Amino acid sequence: MASLRPPNLQLNEHGRLRHFLTIDGLGRELLTQILDTAESFAALPGRPVKKVPLLRGRIITNLFFENSTRTRTTFELAAKLLSADVINFNIGTSATSKGETLLDTLRNIEAMHSDMFVVRHGQSGAAHFIAEHAAPRVSVINAGDGRHAHPTQAMLDMFTIRKHKGDFTPLRVAIVGDVLHSRVARSQILALNTLGVTEVRVVGPRTLLPSEARVLGVHVFHDLEDGVRDVDVVIMLRLQNERMDGALLPNEHEYFRLYGLTDERLEAAKPDAIVMHPGPINRGIEMDSAVADGPRSVILQQVSYGIAVRMAVMSMAMQSQADLHSDGGDAP
Amino acid sequence: MSISIVNGRLVDPAHGIDDTLDVHIDGAQVVAVGDAPAEFTADEVIDAAGCVVCPGLVDLAAGLREPGYEHKATLASEATAAAATGITTVLCTPDTNPVIDNSAVVELVHRIARKLGQARILATGALTRGLNGEQLSEMAALKQAGCVAVSNAHHPLGSTLVERRALEYASTFGLTVFLRPEDRHLRAGGCVHEGAVATRLGLPSIPSAAESVAVARDLALAETCDAKVHFRALSTLTAVRMLSDAQAAGLAVTADVAAHQLHLTEMDVEGFDAECHVSPPFRTLADRDALRRAVADGTIAAICSDHQPHEPDAKERPFPEAEPGISGLETLLGLTLRLVDEGVVDLPTALARVTSGPADILGLPYGRLQIGAPADVCIFDPEQRWTLRRDAMHSEGHNTPFDGWDFPGVVRYTIFNGRVVFRGTGDA
Repeated sequence: MASLRPPNLQLNEHGRLRHFLTIDGLGRELLTQILDTAESFAALPGRPVKKVPLLRGRIITNLFFENSTRTRTTFELAAKLLSADVINFNIGTSATSKGETLLDTLRNIEAMHSDMFVVRHGQSGAAHFIAEHAAPRVSVINAGDGRHAHPTQAMLDMFTIRKHKGDFTPLRVAIVGDVLHSRVARSQILALNTLGVTEVRVVGPRTLLPSEARVLGVHVFHDLEDGVRDVDVVIMLRLQNERMDGALLPNEHEYFRLYGLTDERLEAAKPDAIVMHPGPINRGIEMDSAVADGPRSVILQQVSYGIAVRMAVMSMAMQSQADLHSDGGDAP
Repeated sequence: MSISIVNGRLVDPAHGIDDTLDVHIDGAQVVAVGDAPAEFTADEVIDAAGCVVCPGLVDLAAGLREPGYEHKATLASEATAAAATGITTVLCTPDTNPVIDNSAVVELVHRIARKLGQARILATGALTRGLNGEQLSEMAALKQAGCVAVSNAHHPLGSTLVERRALEYASTFGLTVFLRPEDRHLRAGGCVHEGAVATRLGLPSIPSAAESVAVARDLALAETCDAKVHFRALSTLTAVRMLSDAQAAGLAVTADVAAHQLHLTEMDVEGFDAECHVSPPFRTLADRDALRRAVADGTIAAICSDHQPHEPDAKERPFPEAEPGISGLETLLGLTLRLVDEGVVDLPTALARVTSGPADILGLPYGRLQIGAPADVCIFDPEQRWTLRRDAMHSEGHNTPFDGWDFPGVVRYTIFNGRVVFRGTGDA
């Protein structure tokens, strides 16, 4: 009695991006449009006048239920470069510990006339929940929900890959580390497959890979050298310290010995392979400093491209609200 | 009050009856099946032409929330919901506040239920004090107060040793122990089945082994302690196979399945539908089909509602934080009859799983229509269909994934203890 897949909450009736919650269900054309739009914004930060007036008069609210200074700052910067006004709510667990439900919090902030919520939450599905319950005039951007999705991170990674490799179709990409707990990896895998790469591999011990990893459309490797052999892109994932506690790994030493990326191991990849990491890096655990700071590392570029990609997504989602207004007729 | 139900198709699985036979009721009892006794005159004659007449349904597990959680549901609201859907006997779970772990709470529940007179509500006693999983409850007193079984509801037991002692102590008094087989360590905070959908959605997951590991342990203890164990709400193919093997080896173990497990799978969680957050979780199509086969061949002798009504707030949360459970009383008959529609079982077998099947697990004299038995009857029109509308539900809990589903079998009358407690309007 498996029901049909639910209608795509993310698109409006014109097929334009209304919310950005997950890569799942978005086509190659739309992802390419995000990358192309980001391209037009990528030059801005280097110019003397950095801002464009696209979102002037708009209010964007950062709703962070999990702390993340870095991601929140790049979203804030992206919004400001688009001339929007930004409100930051760091909710943490304080509101819920006072007995306020997520829905109450949402209604309160909605009453402040926000046009867009940028949401980070510790539970998978929280961004969908907020998008389902938010007023129709509000767009929701997922800045990371539980282990589910982190689509803007995935798109900035795609942007970085395209900058270096151009065409996606011939590429082989290895994603190394804690895929099980990683919303970044889930979104990257979906984006890479949607953009038509030749192969996506995941590399790690079985305790850090999902039980049915193959349904994601990946090849599974347990040996790092086999996993990175002849790949064009190596994406290293962050290993959270608490993974040692749940009996998922013996210790950091053995993890680095098996899955830490070194120049020597990188030899197996293509000579022009690039190395990526969503940050922050645990040096000496996921990778050697020599790799992180080496010529193949594009880690710092990822961060600056992140701003352009977030500007692209925000402006596209806001553009689809214009559809809503022109359809409605009575909106200002 | 005397009632004659005439011209209906009588399906009484306990006696292998499926025939056009009348049922005659005097006072609270059935006085005749077939011809009326000499000089019997009915105060009311119900013409059941075109309808199925069967014993009132017996539901082994429903959370009725009172006392303590009246914001979710009350005995009054849920008894009405039961009556409206042909259920005449309900075992309520002990996870109330205070917990049903002493005779005072049992008596409170039974007293309220008697006063309502809508359905027979029987308390399941707590297996451990306050459901704490550590100290035994006063099972002798619970039995004396009228508990027909003991269970620890959804709460885990502290250790295998506590489980052993609890089974031994319960069996001293001939009490059947309801167990929810789940290894809490393997559950590890999960909320969906560990499979393809959990992998894609990144939801914390519960492996099938959480159930089979527990079933293996429970079966070993049931054998060691020579206790009467009944497995609640099985969800996996492996558990069904283990149960079937144990039954074949002569162990007196029984099991039920929640009606929703026979229809939904992990795929229904797509889109983070919190109405599909249930415990145990919806599993794969292969698991669902194994459960259906077990219902058909009798390995699983009872289908229950696993009713868990919630207030809207409990479900209006991100999926992992939503409270698990479905408000299931009103879909018990409909989901069971859909199995007939889908060719899984024939009508008498389907009805056996919600009448004599559950009653026999506990040796209760309900779920059957014979002379002298309590007059609990459900009369439904099998040809007419109805659509579940969340807002039209009788239960206080409107949490259901079946909103908008179409069901066969419109209930016309529910008779409990010889009294008509529900009269359908005839509108679908």
